Amino acid sequence: MARHHVRARVNGDPVEFLCDTDQTLLDVLRDELALTGTKEGCSTGDCGACSVTIDGRLTCSCLVLGVELEGKSIETVEGMAKGETLHPLQRKFLEHAALQCGYCTPGILIAARALLERNPDPSETEVRFWLAGNLCRCTGYHKIVDAVLDAARDMRRPANA
Amino acid sequence: MTEMRYEAPDTLDKAVALLAAANGQARVLAGGTDLVLQIRSGRVQPGLLVDIKRIPEMTAIVADNGAFRFGAAVTGMELLEHAALARAWPGVIDGVKLIGSIQVKGRATVGGNVCNASPAADSVPALIAAGAIANILGPGGKRECRIEDVLAGPGKTSLAPGEIITSFALPRRLPRSASAYLRFTPRTEMDIAVVGAGVYLALDDKGICTDARVALGAVAERALLVREAAAALIGTKVDAAALARMAAAASAACRPIDDKRGTKAFRIEIAGVMARRAAEIALARARENH
Amino acid sequence: MPDTTHAQDRMLKIVGTRPIRPDGVPKVTGIARYGADFSLPGMLWGKILRSPHPHARIRSIDTSRAQALPGVKAVMTAADIPDQKHEYVGPERTAVNFWHVTRNVMAREKALYEGHAIAAVAAVSKRIAEEALRLIEVDYEVLPHVIDVEEAMKPAAPLLFEDMITRGIEPPPAKPSNISKRLEFKLGNIAAGFADADEIVEHTYRTAPVHQGYIEPQACLARVDADGQAELWASSQGHFPIRTLTAKVLGMRVSDLRVYPTEIGGGFGGKNVPYVEPVALVLSRKSGHPVKIVMSREEVFKACGPAPGASMTIKLGLKKDGRIVAADGLFKFQAGAFPTSPVMNACMCGFAPYDIPNVRTTGYDVVCNRPKTAAYRAPGSPVSAYAVESTMDMAAVKLGMDPLKFRLMNIAKPGTPTVWGTKHTHEGYAQTIQALMKHPACSTPLAKNQGRGIASGYWFNNGGESSAAIHVNEDGTVLVATGSADLSGTRASLGMMAAETLGVPFDQVRPIVADTASIGYGHLAAGSRTIFATGIAVVDGCNKVIDDLKARAAKMWNVSVDDVVWQDGHAMYAKSDGKFEPLSLKAIAAKRATTGGPIVTEVSVNAGGVGPGFATILCDVEVDPETGSVKVLRFVTAQDVGRAIHPAYVEGQMQGAAAQGIGWALNEEYIYDDAGHLANAGFLDYRIPVASDLPRIDTVIVEVPNPSHPFGAKGVGEGCFVPSIAAVANAVSNAIGRRMDDLPMSPPKVLRAIKNPNA
Repeated sequence: MARHHVRARVNGDPVEFLCDTDQTLLDVLRDELALTGTKEGCSTGDCGACSVTIDGRLTCSCLVLGVELEGKSIETVEGMAKGETLHPLQRKFLEHAALQCGYCTPGILIAARALLERNPDPSETEVRFWLAGNLCRCTGYHKIVDAVLDAARDMRRPANA
Repeated sequence: MTEMRYEAPDTLDKAVALLAAANGQARVLAGGTDLVLQIRSGRVQPGLLVDIKRIPEMTAIVADNGAFRFGAAVTGMELLEHAALARAWPGVIDGVKLIGSIQVKGRATVGGNVCNASPAADSVPALIAAGAIANILGPGGKRECRIEDVLAGPGKTSLAPGEIITSFALPRRLPRSASAYLRFTPRTEMDIAVVGAGVYLALDDKGICTDARVALGAVAERALLVREAAAALIGTKVDAAALARMAAAASAACRPIDDKRGTKAFRIEIAGVMARRAAEIALARARENH
Repeated sequence: MPDTTHAQDRMLKIVGTRPIRPDGVPKVTGIARYGADFSLPGMLWGKILRSPHPHARIRSIDTSRAQALPGVKAVMTAADIPDQKHEYVGPERTAVNFWHVTRNVMAREKALYEGHAIAAVAAVSKRIAEEALRLIEVDYEVLPHVIDVEEAMKPAAPLLFEDMITRGIEPPPAKPSNISKRLEFKLGNIAAGFADADEIVEHTYRTAPVHQGYIEPQACLARVDADGQAELWASSQGHFPIRTLTAKVLGMRVSDLRVYPTEIGGGFGGKNVPYVEPVALVLSRKSGHPVKIVMSREEVFKACGPAPGASMTIKLGLKKDGRIVAADGLFKFQAGAFPTSPVMNACMCGFAPYDIPNVRTTGYDVVCNRPKTAAYRAPGSPVSAYAVESTMDMAAVKLGMDPLKFRLMNIAKPGTPTVWGTKHTHEGYAQTIQALMKHPACSTPLAKNQGRGIASGYWFNNGGESSAAIHVNEDGTVLVATGSADLSGTRASLGMMAAETLGVPFDQVRPIVADTASIGYGHLAAGSRTIFATGIAVVDGCNKVIDDLKARAAKMWNVSVDDVVWQDGHAMYAKSDGKFEPLSLKAIAAKRATTGGPIVTEVSVNAGGVGPGFATILCDVEVDPETGSVKVLRFVTAQDVGRAIHPAYVEGQMQGAAAQGIGWALNEEYIYDDAGHLANAGFLDYRIPVASDLPRIDTVIVEVPNPSHPFGAKGVGEGCFVPSIAAVANAVSNAIGRRMDDLPMSPPKVLRAIKNPNA
């Protein structure tokens, strides 16, 4: 069977790709578009390492078929920084040492950004429950939570609005 | 899987026609959070995927004089974000909120949660307790079906070949009534329910329970509507004694299995605890509602 | 020789601060490349066929139909790699038997666990590779299997190796069994010790196998040229040991295999040994194309090494005043399909924190039809600590003593003999207990259904072989290259130590992890050895470079080198003020051609003088008496790290260890069905803690410097993990008033214990 020809946007840029019906968005990002920032941890939707947003909606790219992306806008970790300027979350993760091996970090950054876009002043509990879908084995989540709360504070400052 | 076709119709009639023509070889693709995994593991090998997300009725949430109708392909997150629905039926939202992670809820749908028919599905006991109805369309036309009658067994629904759920209807909530859903899981999030309990109760102006529905998940081959548990509450002030009788009735109704998520004995015991705690939450909510 | 005396006394400018790690930006922008992120033109996808049976004789393997499938470019079985001699090589505690290693890479006579690699293919797409696996026909003779350690030890148990005679028993047993080895350690006279005791406490414990749970599955990319030279990009905890082991398994010359360290997404000991690397290399050799293999999560659970499940009995003899006079520990550990579980570590570490005059520890290493165990964070010690520290808790209760005071009274000190024959030489254990005693958590009152658990634990830490190269670039910036894989920020800390030694700002130093052809040998990033051993090499190298820089300055000034000192990153003329301006690295580097050429050095060490890891933990929990659910309220770890080079990364190690300990204690276990199949080979039902499961984790960094390290550092990563499981177990036991002796403490078990307090 012929592969599907899909047109979408990734990190603001138009893309075209070919995919089989059973290839997921994760497969497409990594194997067709060479965007390896989005990671594979389990491919069953249980770890969040593959988190992206589709039309602004946080989701696991391993649970979405490439063919479903026609006309959609996808954001991955590679699009978080603007040129040389890191997103406040990226900056705060570095300042707080909120990553050790860094493998879960892209997924967590995408998930945290989605949280702060929706809720600019989350409590610690809200951060923890929102990030429950992102497994981290290295940090115990402690510094991740601190970094997200600090980034939220930073982003709420009037100069940064 | 190279032979698996994909179609994304934009009307209900086209979707039904595609399913009928596929002669049992098609699967409906909504959120895909169960189906994609089943395809990838080889558990199901459909010849055709019918993506229903382009159909307006499937993705709409309509409020109508206090009642609600939401499409089968409305995502979990969209339901959580619907303030009016959340206010009217917090029990349903309790259930939907517990499906997977935020990421999973960004795609997962109640239609999928119901039709995948896992005995542990979180939205199901909540919907049954709320008295929700599934609107179904098939080659034979339209029909309605109570949620508890849609579920038939593990992975099985009572839908006829070619039938598809198009939307779910929640009735207008009575004053002094409320719903709640609780589940037991070893972790705080991300687990499949070991036991799920959905409770709806309605009070009169003296605080006597006039109506109740108690539904349990993960304790049988499909979610159970436990009439004896509801009966234990109706006509009472939902005091500790009534709740204890309800819990006992809930435990007695269970016919669970041993599996890697829980033992028979544990599920039977916890079912009573969860049902009681869900009822306590529903009671508190009902007392606040007017 | 490391400059040990001065560094600890002088004011430190960089060590002890929290700079941003130099490899941080690539990691937060998705640019950093892990094992699965590399590709080459013409690359094929490799996939491995795995046994569906936990135990089976392999009668034949027919790969012809797979070979014939269009798109398949290579197929392999164990026939493609040489067999190995059956002998244990290396020191006893870390001995390797390549006869086992090669069979774990790919099965020969038997499939010994569900998931055991049987054959592999390389094809032009993942789909074709998967289809090809389905076309491989394997004729299995299914055999009865055994998994539980006690069952595997029984005389009638199915044998994994029909000729396995237990080592360590004299005279050797007449009949074969699944007991690969028996160990015994003795100190003093335990019969006399127990006879002298006023009280005796004894209990038996069981634990289940658990997985390290790293989020990145094993992955590699291999490329073998027609002349046999190969390149391998692999995510591992040590590209040098991976090179050694892989070359040996394949019969390659080490010089023909160049291994590049990719970034690694977690290891915890589980990525110390090769799995996919030899397979990818053979497939690449046979196909003439680069081959990439990425394990699925299911494969990781079914085929990569977990920590052993165990059965343990601990007996303590106590005097009324609180002294422990005798201790006896019996440890039966699952090794998995091939010998060598970390039971020896358990025997050595279990009672190591304490000064006990009469000690015996006995260990059994038992094979069973499960994946071969791999290291998991202080392998063996967290398991033995669970048993020992639970029994210590029982002892403290029996004596009516505070658990911290009880431990402090019996703590080992320099001069205390160990059960393996040496003496403790380092301070630090008591200090962690004292630090915890001062912590506010200690005096926080507990409410109903809440319980507090205390535990201490010991880990050897490690030294060993490390190399470091220091290059002064022409503009005065510095390259620091080592061969230590960076799992969690060590290259930042190594750079900090270099900058501190050289006296330059941190961002003037660029630390990298170099590949096997670009730096001298470096042993694993494991055993909590990198900051210690590689740190020594780095500082050594910097000191040599400083000697060279001083010599260059002397030449530039035409003075005796004895009159040149190094201070704050500059060469200074010691004799008089103002005669010569201080020379920076940049100034000296600018003149290097006339003073002797490039300013570079490479040093190698085999670091000794290791300071052990020690931690004491307080954990508070609340138990739901109606469901058995456990909520962790409070977790405080006090660890002696010698010196925290980068405190944020030290804290991070302690916090991550807490999360793993909580998961191991409450929820994690391999669940097998009756047919020996793993029922929970995924993150849905193998339940590791999520963010909403955990509280904030308090850390107390205790610093009792190690004189053998230039900055006093001891290893961090493992010592903090050792007592974590026991602390949670003691907390739950105290919350419900019943000893929890069977891990994990899942809700059904806790509920059963609550409902049956006298059972």
